[in-house]
Amino acid sequence: MAGLGYACLLLALAVCVYGIGASIYGVRTGRPEFTASGRRSMYALAGVLTAAFAVLEVAFLSNDFAFNTVADTSSRTTPGLYRAAAVWSSQEGSLLLWAWLMSIWSSLALFLTRRRLRDIAGYATAILLGFGAFFVSLMVFYANPFVTTTPAPAEGQGLDPLLRFPTMMIHPPMLYSGYTLCIVPLAFGMGALLARRLDADWIRAIRRFSFAAWLFLGAGILLGARWSYAELGWGGYWGWDAVENASLMPWLTGTAFLHSLMIQEKRGMLKVWNVSLALATGTLAIMGTFLVRSGVLNSIHAFGGQTLGVPFVILIGILIAGSIYLVVSRREMLRSEHRLDSLLSRESIFLANNVVLVGLCFVIFWGTYFPLISEALTGHEASVGPPWFDRYTVPLALMLVFLSGIGPLIAWRRATLANARRNFLAPLAIAFATLLGLELAGGAHKPLAVTMFCCAAFVLGSVGQEFVRGTRARRAMAGEASPRALLALMRRNRRRYGGYIAHVGMAVLFVGVAASSSFQHATELGLSPGQSARVGAYTVRYVRPTATVTPRYDAAHTGSTLSLGALLDVTKGGPRGPHVATLNPSEGYYASQDPSQGTVGSLIGGQAVSHVAMDAGITRDVWTAIQPDIEAPALKRIVELGNRTLPAQDAVVAIGVLAKTYLEHPPQAQFHLIDSPLVMWIWLGGMIVVGGGLIAIWPAPSAVRRRASVRARARAVRGLARA
Amino acid sequence: MNPARKRKLRLVVALSAAVVLASALIYTSFSAASPALSPSQLLHEAQSGRSYQVTGTVVKGSVHREGAVLDFSVADRAGSGAVALAYTGTVPDPFHEGREVIVTVQRQGTRFVGERNSLITKCPSKYKSAPPSENQGS
Amino acid sequence: MGLLIVLLTLLLVGAVVVVVSAPLRAARAGAPELSSSGGDHAAGPLQLERLEQLEAAREAKYRELRDLELDFRTGKLSRADYEATDAQLRAEAIAILDRLDRVQAGEASLRTRGA
Repeated sequence: MAGLGYACLLLALAVCVYGIGASIYGVRTGRPEFTASGRRSMYALAGVLTAAFAVLEVAFLSNDFAFNTVADTSSRTTPGLYRAAAVWSSQEGSLLLWAWLMSIWSSLALFLTRRRLRDIAGYATAILLGFGAFFVSLMVFYANPFVTTTPAPAEGQGLDPLLRFPTMMIHPPMLYSGYTLCIVPLAFGMGALLARRLDADWIRAIRRFSFAAWLFLGAGILLGARWSYAELGWGGYWGWDAVENASLMPWLTGTAFLHSLMIQEKRGMLKVWNVSLALATGTLAIMGTFLVRSGVLNSIHAFGGQTLGVPFVILIGILIAGSIYLVVSRREMLRSEHRLDSLLSRESIFLANNVVLVGLCFVIFWGTYFPLISEALTGHEASVGPPWFDRYTVPLALMLVFLSGIGPLIAWRRATLANARRNFLAPLAIAFATLLGLELAGGAHKPLAVTMFCCAAFVLGSVGQEFVRGTRARRAMAGEASPRALLALMRRNRRRYGGYIAHVGMAVLFVGVAASSSFQHATELGLSPGQSARVGAYTVRYVRPTATVTPRYDAAHTGSTLSLGALLDVTKGGPRGPHVATLNPSEGYYASQDPSQGTVGSLIGGQAVSHVAMDAGITRDVWTAIQPDIEAPALKRIVELGNRTLPAQDAVVAIGVLAKTYLEHPPQAQFHLIDSPLVMWIWLGGMIVVGGGLIAIWPAPSAVRRRASVRARARAVRGLARA
Repeated sequence: MNPARKRKLRLVVALSAAVVLASALIYTSFSAASPALSPSQLLHEAQSGRSYQVTGTVVKGSVHREGAVLDFSVADRAGSGAVALAYTGTVPDPFHEGREVIVTVQRQGTRFVGERNSLITKCPSKYKSAPPSENQGS
Repeated sequence: MGLLIVLLTLLLVGAVVVVVSAPLRAARAGAPELSSSGGDHAAGPLQLERLEQLEAAREAKYRELRDLELDFRTGKLSRADYEATDAQLRAEAIAILDRLDRVQAGEASLRTRGA
């Protein structure tokens, strides 16, 4: 079957090459049958890659260890769901996933524009197929997922236990969907530049794809942060790691793009911004994909040989050079149809928003690629750490939140100054009240966090005011009761009110970030059973040790051989305070395939994974992690004895003895305890953003649209007759 | 001032502000950065009091925990120089002998001390490409 | 097993060729409409796009009018400012509607001529 998979890749490459030729020929000679053939090549690519992906999936699900990728990343003991997801845990499999997703979204985009955008769609097809050819070539020549070994090994290495969490398994498909969806606006933007058709047509065509890219990328980023916080043992959700930043950058430019394309649709302005943002987002998405697998920057995720680095650098170079050339050579056609009427207008707020988001992206870009930049400029590689990132991103984030609160208060085109001044009163009052309240409650020593809270309060006040006034206006116009008026208001002004909700979500998210960064209490210390520790407003008492031995499946269904942990009792205030939670953090020890560790040692000598236990609440999270002392002399002796005397099939007996010894004579364990306020607001805020975004993008039912259109036409005619 | 001149002025002001801020950013990044060195470079070049980021492989048999302090040695990828250091703080799950780590250290006299919570362990290399010599899917 | 793989591969290749070459074969057979399904061939694809562009511009203008009214009713504009901009937007809307009418009339006459 591997032969079929590889044949699919070769066929895919052929289809891409043909399609590029056909599309370009069709556009140049004005023969639509060739552009149509090019478009169908994309559909064919999607079909062929689906077949290839299916071959790989089946190999994983059926434990076909002849496939090298299956042997490297899966095993008979890897639980079923993780086996299915292990397909994309390897370089080769993840490239296939990327290419497959790209072909699916591209097919959809080309299908939806098959009757419009002649030239633009033709060029876009060629560009999208070009990306397809790139990724398929990588697989055909460098990283073939269908390489086999004969004879097939009896058992595989197993999926890295760090990945055996649901969040970690959906994170790549989400992120890749985001990245590949970013390529669609890039292709259409380039197509528009090549075809010299730079009015709002291409914008309208890719609006929904840009939104979907933004949504998936954002979800992927949040899932990664959640995984880092809830599964990794360091208790943080964001470390300004190169790979985290690589996914954030296209999201930032994507957010700017989503906002500023609205301006082009409305008023034909910001054309240069839009085409540049579309190209930048796509390029940053490719750079993000590259960063994770090139080893070029030191980071948690820096895998991979240099073999893949060079092709990517060439592709990125072509994208950047090509983009700059296209934009500069078409700058006459990118002139705005209208000018900014007034600085006091919502358009100018959108422009400021663009600037801040791009500024934020630049800061993160500079910090992330600094090791390469400094090496190029000074010959010495140096890197900047989280404090540097925080110093520059926090003020920009504050500006962003504040701007999102100003927007609702200002009219489109040109606001009346007197009215604007009045509109600011209530939200500013709420912000000041928040400031006073926080100062009184003793927040004076954390000025940045307090400023963020006030900005968030300002946003809530401003959006709240808009909802109230809007509902009142609707009631005056249509005579409906308040709840119905509110719903009707939102239904008829989705973009506006959906956007407001998304901004509230961002404010909530930033409040969570600010609170959990500035007001966190963390302790790291060693405890023996019976001892307790104070963390923030809570006392954590180590009640007794826990141990589970499961040769095949543990309670978390992740397949660890041994799991050592602790039962913790959390009380509010002192040790006699009200009981808050009972937590059981543990450390899982997985088997390694290393025979040099001995029959017993290899059962627990592989990856160790921390299982965090936390009590999550709306006001705070109590987070606990444990690092048992598996190297304690008593335990080490058991392993060594077992290695010397037990054959492989009986080795698990020693593990049982180990567990028993741990329960009876537990050595001191290292605990990491955190009392972190408002962490849940980050996840809740994210969900609100998604909800608001969906409302904004949801198409109005065509009946409503037609009615509104007819009514508006009548009004327009009547109005002019009156004038 | 006519609108066109006002617009041009606005653009110039905005661009100047951007350039000034970007310059400030770029300048501080060079002074705030910690040089990235390999263990052998660290032994030769490290000065007391400055932070350095060292990348290397954890030497087998060198890992030793005493209470809150983790002692281990980091060697060059090629295996030449090795640096012993004492680290306090969170130890990431993938940390293991033979794995590649990145840690920020400061020289204190003859010893190297790891900065708190600065230890990063690279996920074990799952993303390795198969050498082209193996049989291609038969 | 090897035979099965070869057969499946050939099947896949055949399917791809059929799908990808369909428009080319249709063009050779002489059918005038290929990539666009049936419809305004008399008007031509260019005319269709012009129509779509104007309709989109019209919708955008209506949305602007609605947004303006909502801005006024939520207290962001004075009555004077509102009425001034409203009149301007309505004039722009009328202009678009006129152009739309002309394009639709032109298209209709093309169709009657073609029939």
